[in-house]
Amino acid sequence: MRQHLGPTLPSSEITPQRLYLARREFLGASVGALATAAFSANAFAASLAAKPGPFRAEDKPTAKEAVTTYNNFYEFGVEKDDPAKNAGTLRTSPWSIVVEGACDRPGTYALEDLYKPAELEERVYRHRCVEAWSMVVPWIGVPLASVLQKVGATSNAKYVAFETLYDKEQMPGQSRRVLEWPYREGLRIDEAMHPLTLLAVGLYGETLPNQNGAPVRLVVPWKYGFKGIKSIVRIKLQDSQPRTAWNVSAPSEYGFYSNVNPDVDHPRWSQKTERRIGEFRRRETLPFNGYGEQVAELYAGMDLRRNF
Amino acid sequence: MTKRIRDRVIYAVVWLACAAPLLFLVYWGLNDQLGANPITTGLRFLGLWGLRFLVAGLAITPLRGWFGWNFLQRYRRTIGLWGFAYVALHLLTYIGVDQFFDWNTILKDVLKRPYITFGMLGFVLLIPLAVTSTNAMVRRLGGRRWRQLHKLAYVIAPLGVLHYDLLVKADTTWPWMYAAILAVLLGWRVWQVRTRRAATRPVSA
Repeated sequence: MRQHLGPTLPSSEITPQRLYLARREFLGASVGALATAAFSANAFAASLAAKPGPFRAEDKPTAKEAVTTYNNFYEFGVEKDDPAKNAGTLRTSPWSIVVEGACDRPGTYALEDLYKPAELEERVYRHRCVEAWSMVVPWIGVPLASVLQKVGATSNAKYVAFETLYDKEQMPGQSRRVLEWPYREGLRIDEAMHPLTLLAVGLYGETLPNQNGAPVRLVVPWKYGFKGIKSIVRIKLQDSQPRTAWNVSAPSEYGFYSNVNPDVDHPRWSQKTERRIGEFRRRETLPFNGYGEQVAELYAGMDLRRNF
Repeated sequence: MTKRIRDRVIYAVVWLACAAPLLFLVYWGLNDQLGANPITTGLRFLGLWGLRFLVAGLAITPLRGWFGWNFLQRYRRTIGLWGFAYVALHLLTYIGVDQFFDWNTILKDVLKRPYITFGMLGFVLLIPLAVTSTNAMVRRLGGRRWRQLHKLAYVIAPLGVLHYDLLVKADTTWPWMYAAILAVLLGWRVWQVRTRRAATRPVSA
């Protein structure tokens, strides 16, 4: 297993702290720079303290520049650089999340009320996109399990359904029906409660940039990236398997589980290898994205070709 | 300016316009301006320009028919050959950079992945057109046979669009735009043939 438990270097030492501070000083000193920054999606990223958490992949983290400029977030356009260009229209504060369904304390929660700042952990996860590219990201967040315990998920909660914000003003990409909006995702309850499953609010020592799913997103490192629903406004605990956006769009190509699996190809392309962003040669894709030791037992006895 | 010099200047401009995307790609590549995933970005860029030039080549005869722009004819070969060049570079990038000469995987891709099968078929069909593009080859084949052979372009361009459409994840707007343009360009040809046949049909009975 290419990872180990326990505290190691926080990402503030991966990327020199001085660099961040210097940038901040520069921004603070220059009115012009501030004015420019107001138009960039990243303008309000604030530093975010977090204790080093478990599950830190030993892989070298992908450059922050790449993590924040190359991703899919169709709510802001279908090209990889669209989110970074267009996500400035998203207003992330205040932010509330509706929690409903099979739980003892349903209601509308302010994001801040779902976790305590002291609970925030940094975790370095491999991220594998279904398009056969990958990254390594130092996320900051809390285990989804802690939030589900807080709202008192009951035994009727067999699945968790998530929804992204649906607002064409803030998310211009939703004016075109590329997918069924709002974006929906879901997990089986044991997947949702698994210690690896993270509700992320930051990356690289700062609050999430808008383009990466601010202010709160899901990170499920053993599944393809699209399972990591962004800008979450609704969490529903239910007893039936939820609809998920890509499955609705192309059921033969994107299953509910979507576990990273080099042996089950996408119907149109191979999933055997991936290009790690920043590397030249492709690398082999690992079953469950290298997290098999932690999660394979969740799927014991299941046919993963049928349940792709 | 004599006509000869003017023609040469125009030809140079057309040639440079065809080379421009490649020059930009090289410039961006050398200056690290292709984004976080330069290999995929470059691969897509070359493929897209290949398709654009192939479609542009097929637009010339209809444009002559609609607007009488007969002067375009003399640039058709240049445009078509540049289309071939971009497609060839696209393929070489896939083989040598994207897959790093992993012949086993490439062979499987060609046999198993319809989008790669169609793309590869399109490239193979382009080869005889590129080879027979010289004046000497036109003379050797004779105009009639040469024209028959080059009708392969009517199959190759749609294969390119299909190749493009099949790799897009959800938003197929652009592939459909190219498909629509091709439908007009090829549909016009069908309509031409029909009306010509109707005009030459013997009036009897």
